[in-house]
Amino acid sequence: MEFQSCVNINKEWDIVGARQIGRDFARKIGFGTVDQARIATAISELARNIYLYAGTGKICFETIEEIDHKGICIIAIDNGPGIAEISKVMEDGYSTSGGLGAGLPGVKRLMDDFDIVSEQEKGTEIRAVKWVR
Amino acid sequence: MSTLNLDLSNYRDLLKQYIRTQDETALYQAEQFSKLSMQQNISPEEIINVHIQALQDLYPDLPEGIESSMNFLLEAMISYGLAYQEFQSLREKQLALKSEISVAANMQQTLLTTVKPEVEGLDIGAISVPANQMNGDYHHFVQNNQNTLGIAIADVIGKGIPAALAMSMIKYSMDSFPENRMDPCTILESLNRVVERNVDPSMFITMFYGLYKPETSKFYYSSAGHEPGFYYNAREDKFEEIEARGIVLGVTRDTEYQQYEKTIHPEDMIILLTDGVTECRQGDRFIESEEVLDVIKTYMHLPAQQLVDQVYKHFERLQDFHLRDDFTLIILRKQV
Repeated sequence: MEFQSCVNINKEWDIVGARQIGRDFARKIGFGTVDQARIATAISELARNIYLYAGTGKICFETIEEIDHKGICIIAIDNGPGIAEISKVMEDGYSTSGGLGAGLPGVKRLMDDFDIVSEQEKGTEIRAVKWVR
Repeated sequence: MSTLNLDLSNYRDLLKQYIRTQDETALYQAEQFSKLSMQQNISPEEIINVHIQALQDLYPDLPEGIESSMNFLLEAMISYGLAYQEFQSLREKQLALKSEISVAANMQQTLLTTVKPEVEGLDIGAISVPANQMNGDYHHFVQNNQNTLGIAIADVIGKGIPAALAMSMIKYSMDSFPENRMDPCTILESLNRVVERNVDPSMFITMFYGLYKPETSKFYYSSAGHEPGFYYNAREDKFEEIEARGIVLGVTRDTEYQQYEKTIHPEDMIILLTDGVTECRQGDRFIESEEVLDVIKTYMHLPAQQLVDQVYKHFERLQDFHLRDDFTLIILRKQV
């Protein structure tokens, strides 16, 4: 599938690049300041997960347009070890961030829709959507 | 004071009022505003956003640096907002867990319920209070048709749910023993086998079992490593420790327990307890067992049930109404 825009994540510095592109993307779609900040934070979390657990991967962005509303879709893809127990990872207080309120549950909170497909030893694909209000 | 609205114009007016007057009223209203925001799950970054917009309204020519600095602040607050939401959801979870445990505790109460029997010539008092919701202490009265009275008192080392589960098992094993084999040593030996087979080796259970025969006024007892009770000799007005040796339940399969006996005279008392009584703490200090006896002495003139209730109240207060361990105290007094 062709995405509108992608950032490869190989080193920690790439997280900043992904945030920047994602934020520009969000601004163009029409998100306000608060939502831009939330989207950037969600991108940070997703990119950091790739950097920490998979090593490399990419973050892609898409504009989604439906009749009555617009939104952004962030897609995080890696070929890392995958997530064995997704429900555990999605539990509050479980994340390795040490209870800093982020992790994947944080991403889910920051965005409107959230979906994970993960296979062990193959990789993980996370899609998170936020709509312009 | 009028009710606050969580909207921009309201915030802007408050801010304006404060900037103009530096007035405490406006600050008080800001406090109300923040409480209301929390009630409605408004995250900090949204409040900052409202602040930025209000500033822009009030000062259309805001220096650019100020505006960017506010955006910077907003960004810095995002994680706080997330942590706050996580906290909210964990709090809800905690409430759910709490109510689940209280259902379990009620069920345990029903399971382990024991009726304080009426035995002629014997005044009985018993109290058992868990430190948390589930009780890891256990006491049980067994009255059989030969008019003898069996008393079991046990303590799982550790407290909470695992202890409570182990106790339910003890109770049901005891219920299944045949009535004609109620000797204290036999009961402990049977229970020892049950515990050895079924309970994790890291969990220790201590138990004291006593059997009182009213027609001979004799008290037979055995102990599996349980906190020693006390015997009050009324004629000499003296307390003595009820000595009984025996290893805790479940260590080895074929443990044998020694059985002791004692003749009880009128006004004498048998005091059975768990370490939640003798290891009460006042601040960092463990109390001495003499202190327990002193307190018992103070209330000794009362009927047995009132006596144990008063002793409990005393130590509850001594520990600032916060028990550190499950507390069980049973007192039997032979009446004249």
